[in-house]
Amino acid sequence: MGLADFFRRKGTSSIAKDRLKLVLVSDRAGCSPEIMEQIKNDIIAVISKYIEIDLEGLDIKIAQTESESNNGTVPALFANIPIKDMKASKK
Amino acid sequence: MGEVIVVTSGKGGVGKTTTTANVGTGLAMLDKKVVLIDTDIGLRNLDVVMGLENRIVYNLVDVIEGNCRIRNALIKDKRYPNLYLLPSAQTRDKHAVKPEQMKKLAQELKEEFDYILMDCPAGIEQGFHNAIAGADRALVVTTPEVSAVRDADRIIGLLEANEINETYLIVNRLRMDMVKRGDMMSSEDVMEILAIDLIGIVPDDENIVISTNQGEPLAGSDSLAGRAYMNIARRLLGEEIPFLNLSEKNSFFSKLFGKHKKY
Repeated sequence: MGLADFFRRKGTSSIAKDRLKLVLVSDRAGCSPEIMEQIKNDIIAVISKYIEIDLEGLDIKIAQTESESNNGTVPALFANIPIKDMKASKK
Repeated sequence: MGEVIVVTSGKGGVGKTTTTANVGTGLAMLDKKVVLIDTDIGLRNLDVVMGLENRIVYNLVDVIEGNCRIRNALIKDKRYPNLYLLPSAQTRDKHAVKPEQMKKLAQELKEEFDYILMDCPAGIEQGFHNAIAGADRALVVTTPEVSAVRDADRIIGLLEANEINETYLIVNRLRMDMVKRGDMMSSEDVMEILAIDLIGIVPDDENIVISTNQGEPLAGSDSLAGRAYMNIARRLLGEEIPFLNLSEKNSFFSKLFGKHKKY
């Protein structure tokens, strides 16, 4: 590690905090990795009927989001699904 | 009428027993009548931390099963006459006791003691449910590490589900030098994640190891951890005590003026 890296180096505590925040969201939602995997597979199956999607780039996670009705945060399912090709448009 | 406080964490080895011993000792030093109950059946520990391992005759399971009276099983502390220990059984397992029985025991002890501290075993199984059964308040102990904080979060959820709503956080083994260079989560970070009230920050202090070696809790002694534990005891009694300024310990000026540390 060079001197420049040393000064630029960000502490690992922020990594810990970010990882914890993520893992706790799914812990609190009571959603196991297995169930997440099932949800992911089901979503892939449904969307693949209409669109060709990039399975490599697919990312599904539960995260906290600001609730619209009250002031607190609520868990929300985020899905980032890159599209390779619109099957429907070809027809 | 006394109050039952459970000391819990989820993860093992974060300092539940040390916290129970020291907060209990602190409360006794503040003239409260205190009993510490080791609820970790099969893995007895609180007795050695208190230095009372040679005085055990009866244990928690004996009391529950009616083999002896409560008062026969209580061991008086070496130093404080108003501090007692109810040791756990070494040869039984967690199924020897049921939550309802613990609740009844806690009710009986409330008649005579100001504070009943339950030292909870690690995990979220029956031992945990036994320990929290009669609790009015909970102290959740964690260290600033991802695994410990994650388990603490789980425990906080379970305490809520069991309608224990007065839950306080103790951040144990904090290393200010590591926090400063950004390699350890601060007590604020942990508090932000767990979203419960903080009642104590205990620095990583080698005096804890020394005190455990000797079997004499260091609450109230002139060490950082000793002061931190005493402050927790005072806060439990409702006093408003500012948190220790741990960062001053290593600052240039406090090194220069050695004795002028402000705790």
